[in-house]
Amino acid sequence: MEKTVNQRAWLLVIPVLILVAFSSIIPMMTVVNYSFQDTFGGNDFFWVGLEWYRELLHSERLWDAFGRQLLFSFIILAIEIPLGILVALSMPKKGVSASICLVLMSLPLLIPYNVVGTIWQVFGRADIGLLGRVLSDLGISYNYSQNAFDAWVTVIAMDVWHWTSLVALLSYAGLRSIPNAYYQAAMIDQASRWSVFRYIELPKMRGVLMIAILLRFMDSFMIYTEPFVLTGGGPGNATTFLSIDLVKMALGQFDLGPAAAFSLMYFLVILLISYVFYTVMISIDKSEAKQ
Amino acid sequence: MASITLENLAHSYQPGSDADSDFALKAMDYTWEDGQAYALLGPSGCGKTTLLNIISGLLTPTRGRILFDDKDVTAASTAERNIAQVFQFPVVYDTMTVRQNLAFPLRNRGMEAGYVAERVDRIAQMIGLEADLHKKARGLTADLKQKISLGRGMVRDDVNAILFDEPLTVIDPHLKWELRTQLKSLHQEFGHTMIYVTHDQTEALTFADKVVVMHDGRVVQIGTPKELFEAPAHSFVGYFIGSPGMNFVPVSVARNKAVIDGKTLKLEHDYGDPQGELELGIRPEFIRLTKADGLPVRINRVQDVGRHKFVNATLGDTEINVALDEDTVLETDMANIVIDPLKISIFSDDWRIDGKSTDDAEGRPR
Repeated sequence: MEKTVNQRAWLLVIPVLILVAFSSIIPMMTVVNYSFQDTFGGNDFFWVGLEWYRELLHSERLWDAFGRQLLFSFIILAIEIPLGILVALSMPKKGVSASICLVLMSLPLLIPYNVVGTIWQVFGRADIGLLGRVLSDLGISYNYSQNAFDAWVTVIAMDVWHWTSLVALLSYAGLRSIPNAYYQAAMIDQASRWSVFRYIELPKMRGVLMIAILLRFMDSFMIYTEPFVLTGGGPGNATTFLSIDLVKMALGQFDLGPAAAFSLMYFLVILLISYVFYTVMISIDKSEAKQ
Repeated sequence: MASITLENLAHSYQPGSDADSDFALKAMDYTWEDGQAYALLGPSGCGKTTLLNIISGLLTPTRGRILFDDKDVTAASTAERNIAQVFQFPVVYDTMTVRQNLAFPLRNRGMEAGYVAERVDRIAQMIGLEADLHKKARGLTADLKQKISLGRGMVRDDVNAILFDEPLTVIDPHLKWELRTQLKSLHQEFGHTMIYVTHDQTEALTFADKVVVMHDGRVVQIGTPKELFEAPAHSFVGYFIGSPGMNFVPVSVARNKAVIDGKTLKLEHDYGDPQGELELGIRPEFIRLTKADGLPVRINRVQDVGRHKFVNATLGDTEINVALDEDTVLETDMANIVIDPLKISIFSDDWRIDGKSTDDAEGRPR
């Protein structure tokens, strides 16, 4: 059949093209443009090629931030995923108490990021904060603004407090979708509590856990606001994660070129890790189903 | 193995309520004999699954006791009761292989590896899973998954009873017959007490020695398939068993005479002077169409379904069905029905009443 070509159809996609162009493509290409140029202010740019990329790849500061970032994501995943599952398993299954639990659990998720930072900043202060004061009264030395270890503990505790709910809610949804017959069959088969978890609950939660891990990984890898409000990246550079470093470089030092190169590499790393993670999970899933 | 006794058993999902209507299972006394195959038949929501879950210990009854032989197990857990149960939808452990699935109930009870392997092989062979033993359960079809569930139910040889909760719902029709036959032969071989819940009368009638018909939380009749067909104790049994079900015609009865629509019909039994709302029940199979004598009807439609012809007619104000053999020739002026008097049941307020033999009541003075 002969198809009529109607070029006016392009008109219909124009609004969305404009939207995407102004919201993503143009800003992104501006960054790409910056990353190959240098400027001394004014609006004078000159071409430097791959200079910034080469420099950043040999920059110790960047590699340190990258290491801290990986460590941070790893630690919070190692805490939040098991903890979230545990919380989901111990939540009531139905009734008013279940609703109350759900509401309480979602509260931390609704608090703006900078407010979370502020809450913990006050909470941890040794003079007026509940946590800091109690700890110092107990004779435990704790000061997140001077001790790197204390700063890490606080940043991690804050993230766990803020985001474990998300993992718990997702796991809870996964658990609730398991038909009652599975538990009944397990009772008839005399399965232990551990077996029920290992052979029924965990396999059924697998899908939502994959999403939870992916979300928490991407989010934690880009964390900025909360540690910035709490410690500003300090003491020293102890809690300077990639995005904090990036902002320092771009706005603090106004090194537009390196910062642009930095953000592009940052973007590609997240994309790459998420893609690898997703592909591996999917292929494991498929090969298991096939067996 | 054990006989199972229900003593004044009742269950309500609304705790604290005494209203009869709140009871999903109304008070019942019954003993399930050891080694029999029972079918629990009834429409959805009649309390079949509730009863099954009470027997297996997944539910604790609001009232009454359950005895296995003479031992009170009302408060005992499912594990203590040593019951196997197969559910309506396949329950398999996804991450395990078929073999591990079948071995699971035995492993959990700490059986020796040698015994486990032997039992698993035997059961797999019986239900036709041998070829799939090494496969992961997750990727299998619903049919095979349900076979695994059935296998897990039967793998223990020391169970007190095996309960099936509509186990063939997800199975393809052509496999249903095969699996049902296998279940039946397993029953003959091992002699376990089996209770099979279903809402499909064919399934119930082919599987069971005895069929327990439930309606609205109550057991309305327990009997062999033949008894249920010929002498339903409750109008529900008449309506539910048979396809189409029994015809019910309002009637007035005095001794051995029934009056339908102004016409008198002689009955085989003497019912005295029965009270309540009376109905005459007759199966479509026991009605003939004739040209002259009998009760006049208006024919509505004729359906030919192969082995039978079903005629739908109106008698007085009541619709009735007549089942005719396929080779019966229908003529246009056949507008009367003749009812086989031997097959008539009289129901008073839905329950069947028994008449006395007319030999005593009529004719011969004593």
